[in-house]
Amino acid sequence: MRREIPILITIVIGWVMVMDFFFPPVSSVATRMRDWTLILIAISQMLGVANVARINLDKVSRKHPDAPYAMVLLLAIVLMIAFGVFLPKSATIGGLTWGGHEGGSVFDKVYNQMYVPMQGTMFSLLAFFIASAAYRAFKIRSPEATILGVTAVIIMIGQVPIGSLLWDGMPGLSAWIMNVPNLAAKRAILIGAALGAIATGMKVILGLERNYVGGE
Amino acid sequence: MDWMQRLEKLDRRIIFVIMLIAVSIPVLVRLDMPIPSSKEVDDYYETIEKLPDGSVVFFPADFDPGSVAELEPMMRSALTHLWRKNCKIVCFTLWDTGPGIVDAILRDMAGKMNKEYGTDYVFLGFKAGREVIMVQIANSISGVFPQDYSGKPTKDLPLMQQVDKLTDTKLIVNISAGYPGTKEWVQQVRTRYAVPMLSGCTGVSAPEYYPYYQSGQLSGLLGGLGGAAKYEARVGVKGDATAGMPAQSMGHLAVIALILMGNVLYVVNKKKAGAR
Amino acid sequence: MAVLGLTRLRSWLKVLASRFTAALLTSFAILATATIALAQEAAPAPTVWFDVDRLNILIPIVAFTLIILFYIQEARRGKSLFIRNMPGLDAIEEAIGRATEMGKPILYVPGIDDATNIQTIYSMIILNHVAKRVAQYDTPLIVPVGKAIVTPMAEEAVKSGYAAAGRPDAYNPNNVRFLSDEQFAFTAAVNGIMNREKPAANIYLGSFFAESLVLAETGIMTGAIQIAGTANIHQLPFFVVACDYALVGEEFYAATAYLSREPGLVGTLKATDVMKGVLMATILIGVLLEQLQIHGFKAWMQPK
Repeated sequence: MRREIPILITIVIGWVMVMDFFFPPVSSVATRMRDWTLILIAISQMLGVANVARINLDKVSRKHPDAPYAMVLLLAIVLMIAFGVFLPKSATIGGLTWGGHEGGSVFDKVYNQMYVPMQGTMFSLLAFFIASAAYRAFKIRSPEATILGVTAVIIMIGQVPIGSLLWDGMPGLSAWIMNVPNLAAKRAILIGAALGAIATGMKVILGLERNYVGGE
Repeated sequence: MDWMQRLEKLDRRIIFVIMLIAVSIPVLVRLDMPIPSSKEVDDYYETIEKLPDGSVVFFPADFDPGSVAELEPMMRSALTHLWRKNCKIVCFTLWDTGPGIVDAILRDMAGKMNKEYGTDYVFLGFKAGREVIMVQIANSISGVFPQDYSGKPTKDLPLMQQVDKLTDTKLIVNISAGYPGTKEWVQQVRTRYAVPMLSGCTGVSAPEYYPYYQSGQLSGLLGGLGGAAKYEARVGVKGDATAGMPAQSMGHLAVIALILMGNVLYVVNKKKAGAR
Repeated sequence: MAVLGLTRLRSWLKVLASRFTAALLTSFAILATATIALAQEAAPAPTVWFDVDRLNILIPIVAFTLIILFYIQEARRGKSLFIRNMPGLDAIEEAIGRATEMGKPILYVPGIDDATNIQTIYSMIILNHVAKRVAQYDTPLIVPVGKAIVTPMAEEAVKSGYAAAGRPDAYNPNNVRFLSDEQFAFTAAVNGIMNREKPAANIYLGSFFAESLVLAETGIMTGAIQIAGTANIHQLPFFVVACDYALVGEEFYAATAYLSREPGLVGTLKATDVMKGVLMATILIGVLLEQLQIHGFKAWMQPK
């Protein structure tokens, strides 16, 4: 029954959600089920944190080579939860608001002064990697590669103000490429991927797809 | 290996330095550029412009600090435009690392435009659940967010006493960095409810949303920093997107120059190898 | 021939009826109970029982479902359903061979999304296949995982792959590594693995986001052969440009059917192909009707 019960729950809830879209009387049941889903998702978020803590505690206890990093991570988890959740908003010591997560609190300061710059930095690496990928890959080795390279150049020029300075028609040409060939290809891929997703969804609610439950 | 062959296999660190120099040029040399608009940006602008003054707008801001460079200017311009028309904003986020940055932007813009929390805008924070939240919140906002970001009961906020369902609002303005984002809002909400929707998204996601814009499921689309700059020009503000356009232009030119150089070297080296 | 056809049709209808009916009856039973319970709450009874405006969505979904069930049944009956060769999948075999010859590991990244994403689940199926193959050659397989909940799934996929190849002893649990839930922390950690352990082949199959180009470019720097596949359309250009082989969108879903030959997956793939044909015909009919100034079909197909 370890596999059958989760599959049955999935089938029932899946059917309710599908029927909610077509049969208005089902909507109150569907809404209630979605409320239950939100509660479960909230619990799974906590489980996720617990899982991360367990794995890293394991690394520390086994003196894994990454143990120092695991300790930093565990300390960060404990501190941020303490600051954001457990310490009261009134905990003001040394001019700093140690509790809560609103603007000006320690939680907010750590977020804005450490997390935001680090995230932004990692994301900005993409610009440099795109340059090196373009230099290496956009070579006219074949007709398709030539079309790829030429299109990339037109779009890159057309999407920035300098394109209109070089040639009046550049933004229009870039827009045509985006709105006609790009759109056709993207729509086709979108439809294909959507059919795959619909097929998988239907198999799940018919009980034919069971890989999500785990081993036999 | 002669110098041309070595150049064709140029160390990527040199390419990184070339890019760094290119995007830094506008910092040293002032470059003013006209920013022509495009149809999807014009439609975005006109959709908000046609809203009756004082309308309530649903404002899911689904992004994290990684996409701030592209999306923060869009969000600021959209808030400026909406608040000029005295629209009321119901804002929240479906990204767990988003609330801090979204809250900071809202408070900063509200301060600049003299808007009052609870009456002119509310920020409900983050809730886990992705598409489930999208469907639920369309039926009952206070059901999904019984408290706002600072812990106040939602039903006590004056704005939330006027609106509790998606159909109580006139427009959805989504700022999206990926998943969950515009595509999921279109799939889960736009197909069920007749509330028009606008999207501001990262440059890499924009091509994926053109089919939705063309079919009318999105009434307007801002794609990346370029779209944000065009919108700033329409709204009449000179924000970070406009300031970033020279750097982005130089970056694009650098990439194009590298592509051209790479191809010239490739053709020359191929001919040399053929001749040998 | 006619008798054979009728017998097949009857058995197909029986299967269809049994599964469909079982699922529907169970749902209705629970629904009826729940509806009666919820009717106690103050909610006005709706006057509309079926949203006719959504018939244009219901009909294709029902048709598609029936086609899926038909082809799955055909696949289960042993009928050979053709799947074209995908160069990306053949490249996996080539990559395994290359890694074995060079004595270097294979890096398999199953995406960074949760187990709720079907791409992650399909990636586990392919991972199981790859594990079975590498177990035969004793090639190390490194699987960095970006979500704690996906880690046991990956461990199970690799372990069962080794067991299926008759080499359970060769399974190394340290090679399935949970790195970080955070997108770019995971990316940095995978880059570190690539630079230190220099895998001969990198396989990226699953749901990827902005980190795709960073991973693929770092892989090129280490000289690995790279195979990628994702249904996240916005990342496909980066993989196409930076990897030696890319499985585009649906090809990734098809890959699981191609490798496992599981009837459910193969049947679904064929059904999807048939449905694409139906959609293409619908589009052509719609275009033709619009040209003839007959707008009823388009109006009916519009979402309301």
